[in-house]
Order: sequence, then structure tokens, then C-alpha cells
Amino acid sequence: MSGRLRREAQQPRSGHRSRLRPADTGALAALGVAGRPIRALLSALGIALGVATLVAVLGISGSSRAQLIAQIDALGTNMLTVTPGQSLTGGQAVLPSTAPAMVRRIAPVQSAAAIGQVNANVYRNDRIPAVNTDAITVFSAQPSLLQTLQGHLARGRFLNPATARLPAVVLGASAAAALGVDRADGTTQVWLGGHWFAVAGILEPLPLASELDRTALVGFPVARRLLGASGSPAEIYVRTNPVSVAAVTGVLAATADPAAPQNVTIGNPADALTARAHASVAFQSLFLGLGAIALLIGGIGIANVMVISVLERRGEIGLRRALGATRTHIAVQFIAESALLALAGGAGGAVLGGFATAVYATARHWHAVVPAPTLAAALTAAVAVGAVAGVYPALRAARLSPAEALRTV
Amino acid sequence: MSALELAAATKEHPGSPPVTALRSVTLTIGEGEFAALVGPSGSGKSTLLAIAGTLERPTSGSVRIAGTAVAHLPDRELAAVRAHRIGFVFQQFFLVPTLSALDNVASGLLYRGIPAEQRRQAARDALATVGLSHRVRHRPGQLSGGEQQRTAIARALVGKPAVILADEPTGSLDTASGREILVLLGSLNAAGSTILVATHDPEIASAVPRTVRLRDGAIESDSGSMP
Repeated sequence: MSGRLRREAQQPRSGHRSRLRPADTGALAALGVAGRPIRALLSALGIALGVATLVAVLGISGSSRAQLIAQIDALGTNMLTVTPGQSLTGGQAVLPSTAPAMVRRIAPVQSAAAIGQVNANVYRNDRIPAVNTDAITVFSAQPSLLQTLQGHLARGRFLNPATARLPAVVLGASAAAALGVDRADGTTQVWLGGHWFAVAGILEPLPLASELDRTALVGFPVARRLLGASGSPAEIYVRTNPVSVAAVTGVLAATADPAAPQNVTIGNPADALTARAHASVAFQSLFLGLGAIALLIGGIGIANVMVISVLERRGEIGLRRALGATRTHIAVQFIAESALLALAGGAGGAVLGGFATAVYATARHWHAVVPAPTLAAALTAAVAVGAVAGVYPALRAARLSPAEALRTV
Repeated sequence: MSALELAAATKEHPGSPPVTALRSVTLTIGEGEFAALVGPSGSGKSTLLAIAGTLERPTSGSVRIAGTAVAHLPDRELAAVRAHRIGFVFQQFFLVPTLSALDNVASGLLYRGIPAEQRRQAARDALATVGLSHRVRHRPGQLSGGEQQRTAIARALVGKPAVILADEPTGSLDTASGREILVLLGSLNAAGSTILVATHDPEIASAVPRTVRLRDGAIESDSGSMP
């Protein structure tokens, strides 16, 4: 009862209140913006450029990432790798040489191929100093490797059971470039581990196994016979039925090394690449920073224009106070107007940024992607900047004495 | 209950020396009265009107509008008094140029929180009262000075306030339009509106039932209220 009395005591005796409906606040803001269209356009431009930058940067990097992931997916996410890990005693574990054959016996495995360590270097010819290895690694490889990686040859042929026994080598794409080899018709030879090896083929780059791009691959039998390799697998590439990737992953370690499955490391290159693509934000931050600065400058522009607007519209402010607006109503009107200006700028900027993304993506034959959360975040940021920019002018407007505001016109 | 009551209202503007715009003015405007404030420039007419309209607070003294003492009300409640109890008419009209006559009049009810459609309906009626039914969709720029002031008067009366305060309503108009406004105010008063006009137009002063003459911020003469 006493609370009610107090409330009534605070009200004018009539009990009527000054009240502005939210819809009317929006209409007032729209009226203020539409009343000076050129000025609104110019003052919203800064925000538009800021939002356009943000949207374009995020859109282009998002499109590029989507493109990359689509490429990875096209290569197949059903490839797994088996590598020897660390043994319990801390040394390098060794996979049994029977591992590839064992792995192939897992039902959903479509193909599997091993590469093996070879302690040899490859040179263009026998006159090259031994230290000039060009960082090319020599591996032995099983003939099924190409099919398992779904790789392609730029020239020549891959190893087959026959050439695997002979001094023949297949070069990875960058290894061939480093050695200066561009023919694979059997006439070109390279100096490998103290023997002449004929170049049988040159690979295209292997996106899922880019570690093989700078290698020279020879057959397991010839590696054992001429180069003294042990024949134990350094890595096994496994292609499985796409629906059974998880099941195969679960049994792979125990199958590859039944005696010590804990020493086996299983990897999924597609997953790793996809994760890296998602994490690649480094080049974005500079442009995002630029966009944020443009947004900030846009906000300052809006604040300037609103301060001038308040000075010019003293008469309107006085009138509204005379019509019954509270100081708060006046402040809210100017903040809403400022936020609306920024929203209009932001919407324009979003369209501009989306357009830039589409043009860039089309030029690169990508599928343009502008994520909805990006748009929402950019517009929210624009409106927030606008509202903050409106605070100072709004307070100035609210502080005007109504009699003075009416008198000075 | 009187529509407007000033008791010993004084307004001093600080400075050196301080300027006294209004000296202990006591004035009561009864419901349904039509009074004119006259006097030379600087005599305090506008200050009295601003204080009566709660646009300014008196330095001392009290103001009551329709029985509510307003001198010490906070801003929020003063605004409520203006929104519900007072209608203003200004020399410069103060119409929003981008709004139609109808929406300008409807803005007289904006701060009462009434839905837009109801505001427009009331505005249509008010425009009919001032004889502008044929100008509803026109913007202020398309109206003559007299029509603009009639629109402004419609905005002041649309909320049926306790009192209409008009500061030099004919000051920006030619004689013929000024006369029309005077006739309109007279007919509004006849229909029940309480009106206080500040003017130095002698024609208005002579036509209005009650004349309050101000000089140097004090009441010099008052032709007296109606019985």
C-alpha cells in the first residue's frame, strides 16, 4: 500500500505519463535519416567501406577455404597412413615387413602400399659433389602406391613388379624439377646410391601425400639388392571403403603390428589438411584490422554529422520537448538515428563486400561463400559503432533547455 | 479548478548584474478563458509563457497546471504534463517539413504512447476543426503561412489540452491570415478551449475578452477575468 502511495506521489496527479512507443522511435530515426538523404549517404559511406572490407576479407578467405576443402574431399577422405611410432623404450619402432600384406586383408581396405627407408642419395650424375643432395629423399615403394594415393604421372610409368627389380626410379614432382629431369622415356639416368638408375616416370604433385613430392622412388627388390635397404615399411598408405574409415582406423594398429600395436601411429592426411585449412587465418588479420579501422573512422564521421545535425535541429528538439518528449526520448531518438545510419551503411557495405567476394571467387573459378554469421557479425558491429557514435550528440541534444532550443531558431 | 495558476512567479537570469525577466507575477487563467498577454518587447511575455508551459522553471514562486504543481517536478513528469495538459503554438510554426499536415498534427500525440492509427484519426478530426480537411496530405512547404499556422494550431489542440499557449501566433503572417488565425482561436475558445496568447498585435489584444499587460516583467494591468 505504501509503495503504491509513493508511486502515485511521483506521478503528476493526472497519472498520465510521457511515453514513446518503440515503433515510433524507429519511425523518428527513419524520418531523421530520410530527411537529409545526401548527408545520410555520405556519412554512412565510411561504415559501408568498413563493412565491405570485413565481409570481402572473410568472404574471400572463406571461399578459398571452402575450395581447398572441396579439393581435399575430392581426393578422398578415406585414406589412412600407418607409421611406426616411438617404442616404449623411446627408440624408433619398426613395422614388420609383413604389415602391408596384413593390412590388405582387412575387408574394407581397397588397397595399401608401403614405402621403405633407403639410405642413399640421388644426383643428376656421378660428377655432382656428394653434399649436393637437393634435399631429395630416396624411398622404396610398392607398385600399388600410385593407385592407393590416386596419384597421376606427369610422364612415363610408375613402378611395376618388373621394373621394381631393375634400377629404375620414379621421381616426385619437385624432385624431378630439382634434378632438372623432364624426360621419362628410359633414356635419362640419374646417379642413385652409387648406381645408374633410369628415370621411368615423373609424378604429378600429390596433395594428400605432399611429403612424397621431393622423393625418388625405387622398387623394394632393387633397394634390397643394390642399396642394402632392410625392406621394413617406413609408412603404409591405406585406401579404405569410405563408410568404414572409422572401423578400419580402429583395427589398423593391431593388424599392422600384432606384437606391439602401441608402437603404431595411424594418421588421416585429409583430416589434417582440412584442420589446417580451417586454421589458416594468418593473412586475414591485417585486412580485418584495416576493416575495423575503417569502421571506426566511419563511426567518427557519423558522430561529426550528428553533432552538426543537433545544432541545426535545435528547433525540432525544442518542439519535441514542448510536445512532451523527455530528455531520454530525445537522446534515444538521436542514438537510434545514428544506429540506423550505420545499419544502412552496413547493409550497403555487406552487399558491396558480397559482390567483391563473388567477383574474386568467379575470377578464380571458386564457389563464392559468404557465411551468414559473418554478415550478422559485420552488421552488428556497424550498428554498435553507430549507436556509440550517437551517444555524445544525443546527450548534447538531451541537455538542451527546451525554452532555449525554441528561442535560438 | 483553474487551467493555469502562477503565484508570485519570478524568473531571474544569472549574470552580472542578474536580469529579472519576471517579477512576482500572480496570474490565474480559468477554464474556458481566452486571454492575451501584451506588452513591448522584453516585457516578459515569452518568459511568462515558457514558465506557464513548463519549458522553464521559475526562480521562485509556484506554477499549477490543471491543479498540478509543477515547479519541482522532475524532467520526466514535466514532460508528461506537456504531453497531456499543454498545447503550444509558435510564431515559426515548427512543422516538420518532410511530414504531411496529418502526420505533423498527429505528432501532437506522439509522446502519449498512442498507436499511430489512433493518432492519425484524432489528427484528421483536429484538421477538420481548423478547416484544413482538404490539406491533409500536403507538406508544410505546399501550404500558405496561414495554413501552416492552422496546422500547428491543430497539433496543439489534437490532445485536448487544459490550456493552449500561443507565442505570437500571427507574428509571421500577413494581416489577412493573422485575422483568420484570430477568428479560429476565437471559435476554438467558444468551443471550450482555454487559450493564452502572447502578442503585440493590437488587433488581437482588442478582440480578446481579457488583456493582461506586462511591463518590465511585472503585470501592469489586467482587464480581469470573466465572472
